[in-house]
Amino acid sequence: MAYARKDRGLLEPRPITARVGVIENADGSAFFKIGRTAAYAAVYGPRDLYPRALQNPRRAVLRTHYNMMPFSSVGERVRQGPKRRSIEISLVTEKALLPVLELEAYPNTAIDVFIELLQADAGSRAAGICAASMALAHAGIEMKDLVAAIAVGKVGGELVVDLEYEEEAFEGEVADIPIAMIPSTGEISLLQMDGPISKQELLKAISLAKPVLERIVKIQREALKDYYKSV
Amino acid sequence: MESNHIVTPGELVESNAANILPGKGVYKKDGKIFAKVLGIPRKAGRVVSITPLRGKYLPKKGDLVIGRVVDITLNGWRVDINSPYSSLLPLKEFPAMVRRGDDLSKYLSIDDYIASIVANVSSQNIVDLTMKDAKCKKLDQGLVFRINPLKVSRVIGTGGSMISLIKQKTNCKIILGANGVVWIQGLPEQQLKAMQAVKLVERLAHVQGLTDKIKSFLES
Repeated sequence: MAYARKDRGLLEPRPITARVGVIENADGSAFFKIGRTAAYAAVYGPRDLYPRALQNPRRAVLRTHYNMMPFSSVGERVRQGPKRRSIEISLVTEKALLPVLELEAYPNTAIDVFIELLQADAGSRAAGICAASMALAHAGIEMKDLVAAIAVGKVGGELVVDLEYEEEAFEGEVADIPIAMIPSTGEISLLQMDGPISKQELLKAISLAKPVLERIVKIQREALKDYYKSV
Repeated sequence: MESNHIVTPGELVESNAANILPGKGVYKKDGKIFAKVLGIPRKAGRVVSITPLRGKYLPKKGDLVIGRVVDITLNGWRVDINSPYSSLLPLKEFPAMVRRGDDLSKYLSIDDYIASIVANVSSQNIVDLTMKDAKCKKLDQGLVFRINPLKVSRVIGTGGSMISLIKQKTNCKIILGANGVVWIQGLPEQQLKAMQAVKLVERLAHVQGLTDKIKSFLES
């Protein structure tokens, strides 16, 4: 029997909510929730960067920190502090955001992005990227476009969009592919892969992600505009 | 400021850019103009630009800014001007005569506030200040607070209408720094009232007929 989901279609993402301006102290902040995965992002900067040796006279330095809260996952407590996993995700998040940012406008400064996962139910790096790009826009930083991200993959022989934890832990073959895209150009700024998948299926999975990513960007833009509606 | 006028980064501002020049906050691609910052698009002649809604103060030559002295160096003062870039007020740009070997803290010491003018901004955003202008002075006494630097022009109002209304009703001296730092001096209650009025303008910057609202607030 082919794999099927109880509450949504295979190509259907989980319900999404997005908000900006959730952290008053920050220069820009955002909240992005997809299903049971919820991420906060706070942006500080452009601001002074010390020690001076780290400064770049041509552009701002982007520093991204990804972290899961101790209570965020259903399993054992997530221990605090940077781990191999969170360091890697911080790095790929940074690389996913860099192509849109116009860092040349702020030489010798730092822009700090902090991503905190309140709840994690798979797709946390994608949710983090979505929140971070909204927070950067909310901070008034110059950028060519927003970035949207989602995971696609293959579960039980079927291509699916937006895997949740139960599917990632599915017995049998599972492929999990987080994708981040710059919507206006269709450029892909993050593509990772975990699990076996054929070339044709990979290309198919990427094309399945595109309409969903366009929907996410719409939600991100709405959230940025809603902030000024409510003020 | 209606929210349907707000554009987000990457959104189309002008679909036919053949006769249009991209100004601040926008970029041109494939004959179209897209937004680069969150803000409200404006068109002045052939130039399309975006007025940003949030962001840090980026120093511009000629701006009047209020700063706090954070360091005394051999040839001047380092000043925090509420921007990612710190700035320097050189000795020779200080209006009083400073004698050789004098203790500089006699003139301006750490944590003193000054109103000064941005004399120069280098390509790497190194900022030089000057106090050789009638508007510049050391700010003794009074109240200093910060507002969103992008809302300063709203607090000033058209031709200074808003700020002169607040000054007149509260009998306070007010200096608005382009960097979002505000200094108010007057009687204690009046000072507080003026601060509340300025913060009200900042919060309601997008509301129409704001002058009347502020007037009734100040008279209440």
